[in-house]
Parts: sequence; C-alpha cells; structure tokens
Amino acid sequence: MDIPNMVGAGLIVIGAGIGLGMIGKAAMEGIARQPEASNKIQTAMIIIAALLEGIGFAALILA
Amino acid sequence: MRKKNILSLLVVGFLALVFNFSFAQENADQEAGEPIDEKEEVKEEIEEAVDLNLLDSHYFTLFSDEEANKHYGFALPVIIYDEGVKIFSAAEFDHGNKVVEKDGKHYVYHNSKIYSTDASGELIIGDNGFPTNKKPLDFSITRNVFVTIITAILIFFVFVSMAKTYKTQQLPKGIGRILEPMIVFVRDDIAKESIGPKYYKYVNFLLTIFFLILFLNLFGLVPFGANVTGSITVTVVLALLTFFVTQFAGNKNYWKHIFWFPDVHPIVKIILIPIEILGMLTKPFSLMIRLFANMTAGQVMGMSFIGFIFIFKTWVAGVGFFGFSIFIGVLGLVVAFLQAYIFTLLSALYIAAAVEEEHTSEEDTEELPIV
Repeated sequence: MDIPNMVGAGLIVIGAGIGLGMIGKAAMEGIARQPEASNKIQTAMIIIAALLEGIGFAALILA
Repeated sequence: MRKKNILSLLVVGFLALVFNFSFAQENADQEAGEPIDEKEEVKEEIEEAVDLNLLDSHYFTLFSDEEANKHYGFALPVIIYDEGVKIFSAAEFDHGNKVVEKDGKHYVYHNSKIYSTDASGELIIGDNGFPTNKKPLDFSITRNVFVTIITAILIFFVFVSMAKTYKTQQLPKGIGRILEPMIVFVRDDIAKESIGPKYYKYVNFLLTIFFLILFLNLFGLVPFGANVTGSITVTVVLALLTFFVTQFAGNKNYWKHIFWFPDVHPIVKIILIPIEILGMLTKPFSLMIRLFANMTAGQVMGMSFIGFIFIFKTWVAGVGFFGFSIFIGVLGLVVAFLQAYIFTLLSALYIAAAVEEEHTSEEDTEELPIV
C-alpha cells in the first residue's frame, strides 16, 4: 500500500464517517420529536446506513 | 427452568469467546516464540497468521507448529478438472512440499492454490509475484466448502426437528425457542412490511438466506471456524441468488420501468435504458461487497488487536489489547446479526421493487396535498 492509496483510504473513511454521522443525527432528532415512530425511523436509518457503507467499502476495496 | 437455560447459553457463549481469544493467543505465541530478530519478524508472522485465518485452504488446520513445520488437522479432498476429473486427498501435497502426479500430469500446491507443472515441480514466478503456471479448474471441497456443508446440514436438522415439535405442541423446544422469534421477525418485519400482500411466496427464500448468512457469520467467530462469509466467492453466489429471484419475480411493470420508462420524452427513455440496467446490476454488487467487506474487516480488526500484543510486548499493552479484542469480538457478534438482517432486508426491498403494482399517475396526483 503506497501513499496515494493511503490518502485515498483516509478520505473515504472521513467521507463515510461524516455521512454516517449525519444519518445518525437526523435519526436521533426524528426519534426525539416523534418517539412513537422510532421503529420506522430506525429501519430507514439502517437501510440508508447500509447503502452508504456499501459505497464506502466498494471505494476502500478499489483504493 | 427457562432462566437456567438462558444462563447456561450465556456461559457457553462467553467460554467460547474466551477460548477463541486464548487459543488465538496461544497460536500466535507459538509462532512468535522466537525472540531472536524482533519486530519485523513478528510482524511478518502476524501477517501470515492473519492470512491463514482469512484465506481458503485445502487443509482443515487446527493449529500448526512453524518451527517443527508440523500441521495438526486433516486434509480435505481435492477435485480438479484437467482433461478429466481427478479426485485425490490434499494430504498427497504434504502442504506444498511434494509434487503430485495423476495420469501423467503433475500438480504442485502453492499458497493455497493448485498449479500445473512438470515432473521437477518448478514454478515460474511472474512479475507480479504470482506463478504464471496454468491452473487446473478447481472444484475441491476446501475449508470454506466443508464448513458451508456442515452448516447446511446443521440448519437442516435444527429446523426439521423444530418443525416436528409443532405437530404435538404449541411451543417449540430447546433452540427453537430462540429461532421462533427470529423466523417471525423475518416473516412479519422484513417480508410483510416491505413486500406487501404478495409476501408469502418469498418468505422461504428470505428465511433461507437469513439463517444461512447468520449461521455462517457465527461460524466465523467460533474457534476452528472458517471465515466463509468473508470470502468474496461465497457472497457473489448469495448476491446472485437475490439477483435471479428479483428478476424472476419481476412483473410487467418492473420491466417496463427498466426498458421503457413511462411518462418521459422518448430521447430520455433511450438514455434511461442503460442507466436502469446498470442499476439492476449494481444492487447485487453492493450486497456482495457489503457482506464480504464487513466480515473481513471484523476478522482483520480482531486479529490485529491480538497482533498488537506481540508487537508491543508489555503487560499494559497485553491487558489493554486483550480487552480491546474482546470488545471487537462482541462487536463482531452484533455485526454477524446486523449483516444477516441487512442482507435479507435489502433483498426483500429489491423483490418488493420488482413485484410492486403500477401506480397510475391519477393516483399519485390524488395523494398529493393541495397547497
């Protein structure tokens, strides 16, 4: 693994981290506002997190 | 009675976890036993140990002694196709030390792969570090295949015995008490929720894929287990299954949205065709990558935390990284369930997109709120 790959991997992780943080934040806010909808929000959150993770991992493997 | 059962299960699980790590430690201890040339050698040996755990092999090695060059375990059958099917035991390779001759052809074993060669057993190493020798088609029962077969048999017996108990009583016995809520969860919360009224046809596929992935993931965490779902060939097949089920489930409406998107300009329709076909293919691709990368990452993280102990070799690092590796192990347990859930949920969503009934444009306008 040489330096450009390492930098690329780092950038991917930063991007994925920001994305996951935003999803988590939005889900938290949603649950705080409407606790009765928490199940649906959680399911949607997991789906979106999984999709984002998929992109992140695909990029990491290519890097 | 029930409390006792759960308690004993927890104890067994904890013991398995501790045994896993203590065993891994012992294993690495054996390999890192030579303190002559410090860090570089240790690093190389750790890398080798990680590779041994991650990669597939023709041997079911329980543990090995590097110094004496002894491997404890058993060889698995090799099945290759090279102008005729040839079946023999991998023990004939003697872990890559011997050249095997079958019907006038010679084979050699190198880095868990079988290569064709001549009588001298020479390998020509190419520029990229891999041998350029021809490889015969390999259909061997490797470690991953072996563990998958065992898992399939285990799942079969567990679920058949569980189904039998319903003939005489309402509640299942033993492990069925844990599995019943999971089955109901897959049926109601995954299949019914996302697919809708036509869900029942796809429940058996979703249940199969859920429990196969879950059991294989859990097998990757126990001692002597193989990292099956962390191998990309396995996840390719799983993703292809979802792909084919989705395509065969697809109704008129689904194909129309791929090849002739309604209500847009004809030129846009032509532009949309390749994009839709690409979207059809990226769905199983992302399923494949997600499962593979998650399981591999979990394994590598656990192994590298154990490896750190041997790099630093102080008691603080020993205690600290031991704790960390237990933490990663528990996280791996959560990830094993989560990945099985996500794979099943996304498969259900893709099937749902394929069987969805047409939303006519009038209906859509009716649902829109009047501003």
